[in-house]
Amino acid sequence: MSAVSDALVITKRQLLQLTRVPEVLLFSTIQPIMFVLLFRYVFGGSIDTGQPGGYVQLLMPGIFVQTVAFTLAGTAVGLAADMQKGLIDRFRSLPISRSAVVFGRTLGDGALNIVVLAAMGITGFIVGWRPSSGFFNIVLGFLFLLVFGFAMSWVGVIIGLSVREERVAQNATFIAVFPLTFLSNAFAPTTGMPKPLQYVAEWNPVSTMVAGCRELFGLKNEFGATAGSFPSENPLLMSVIYMVIIMAIFIPLSVRKYNKASK
Amino acid sequence: MKAIIAEDLCKSYNNGSVKALNGLNLDVEEGTVLGVLGPNGAGKTTTVRVLATLLTPDSGRATVAGIDVLKNPDEVRKIIGLSGQYAAVDETLTGWDNLIMFGRLYHLSAKQAKTRAIELLEQFSLTDSAKRPIRTYSGGMRRRLDLAASLIIKPKVLFLDEPTTGLDPRGRQDMWGVINELVKGGVTLLLTTQYLEEADHLADEIAVIDHGKVIARGTSDSLKKQVGGERLEIVVENQFVSATKEIVAKVSGGAINVDEGLRQISAPVTTGSKALIEAAKLLDEKGIHPLDIGLKRPSLDDVFLSLTGHVAEEKKDEDLASSGKKRGR
Repeated sequence: MSAVSDALVITKRQLLQLTRVPEVLLFSTIQPIMFVLLFRYVFGGSIDTGQPGGYVQLLMPGIFVQTVAFTLAGTAVGLAADMQKGLIDRFRSLPISRSAVVFGRTLGDGALNIVVLAAMGITGFIVGWRPSSGFFNIVLGFLFLLVFGFAMSWVGVIIGLSVREERVAQNATFIAVFPLTFLSNAFAPTTGMPKPLQYVAEWNPVSTMVAGCRELFGLKNEFGATAGSFPSENPLLMSVIYMVIIMAIFIPLSVRKYNKASK
Repeated sequence: MKAIIAEDLCKSYNNGSVKALNGLNLDVEEGTVLGVLGPNGAGKTTTVRVLATLLTPDSGRATVAGIDVLKNPDEVRKIIGLSGQYAAVDETLTGWDNLIMFGRLYHLSAKQAKTRAIELLEQFSLTDSAKRPIRTYSGGMRRRLDLAASLIIKPKVLFLDEPTTGLDPRGRQDMWGVINELVKGGVTLLLTTQYLEEADHLADEIAVIDHGKVIARGTSDSLKKQVGGERLEIVVENQFVSATKEIVAKVSGGAINVDEGLRQISAPVTTGSKALIEAAKLLDEKGIHPLDIGLKRPSLDDVFLSLTGHVAEEKKDEDLASSGKKRGR
């Protein structure tokens, strides 16, 4: 199918870019590693999790999810830059499927997460992270993270094609994602938040993802299991529902947006 | 056969307050070059974007090589090449990577894409820089690579949107050479430009557009005639001005214009070089040696001025129009 092979050409372009400008990969890996180390050693000592292995066990899924949520930013910035430079115009003048460019881009950004997650996982292991759920569940956990990153990337498509400027995309995505990752159970228990925020945090897809990953990595989620709300009771199911919803909305929207994209 | 037809294209932004295209009509005969000439904000780029399937007009219709642009955009994309105002190639990748990528996107096999990339790099004198990232290229090299990328499938119809904007004179000269070569190969070309000289140099016919409409159409020569014929211009030293004026009166039937400051005497002539020779002979008989003598044909600048009432450059409201357009999109 040419739609798929066209998309793969675009993905390949992105991987080629990484070999031409290796700094991009370097910095997108260093940042999450830095987060792991900072949180592990700055907060790790003062947060009592009441679980064996300490804070780092709860922290790692949180940082994993935060990092893949930021896939959105990479996609948005990349597409906004392509837009700004007129590359999207050229792609749109080619006889290729209308979904190829955005699909290739999200696939590439999603694939980049493999490297980033691996680097983080190794760092986490060095500083004491020990997932205890067995090989199959651990792999499943990482797959979950990759799919979530891919889904978030589609949200980035809309942002990138809407703002049309690299710098705006950078700021817009940061403002969108940063509160989302902090208004969650990723780094601290939601039980300490004011009630209304607590509800927001519980229903936040980042929280369900984090809770889900904690489960898959063999940990009881202690951060924010309040009063038996549906998402905190069924984090994995809820995460799947969220991912399906995000993709069901943003994939068709993105393709439409791309088709009308105009510099 | 007409390779491009545009009928009554309209496109407005900002709820109709900015009319980028306002009933634009165009056609281009197969194998010829049409230069679309106009100032910034006149609608040149919008026209190209509609014809290259990037933008849907509010109304009107267009065909490229007989294919309806609005109904069958995918078929149109298979036979056109587009090279824009901004060099739309991936700057982090090398020239080679770019050509291979676009080759693959045109559904060439890996081998075909390589062969074509080698040919194009050779044709555009970029072979030596093929393995360098585009961001290290000069402006002219970038444009050439951009153009090369639009020629991968040997398009029947090529759109060049301001192909030399921003290039230095040398780069412009090179680009003209490249474009002239292409035209010899028989491609139909629609080229937009703000440079009157460029349209004169490259195009068989010129369409002058302003405020989203074609306001004049014809060959460079016919447009110039529309503005007026040739003028005889003679510059002499001060003491010969009045004598020269008498001579010019003999060869020209029209009103004589004397610019005292420039010591220039000019008048319309209908007999072209004959009038020039005659005037030179008469001056020589009187022992007057002109500092400068010649026939001046109206420049396309004159054409533009007389057609639109304003000069082509420095249009004040153009910034407003184009910024409005951006907000509207």
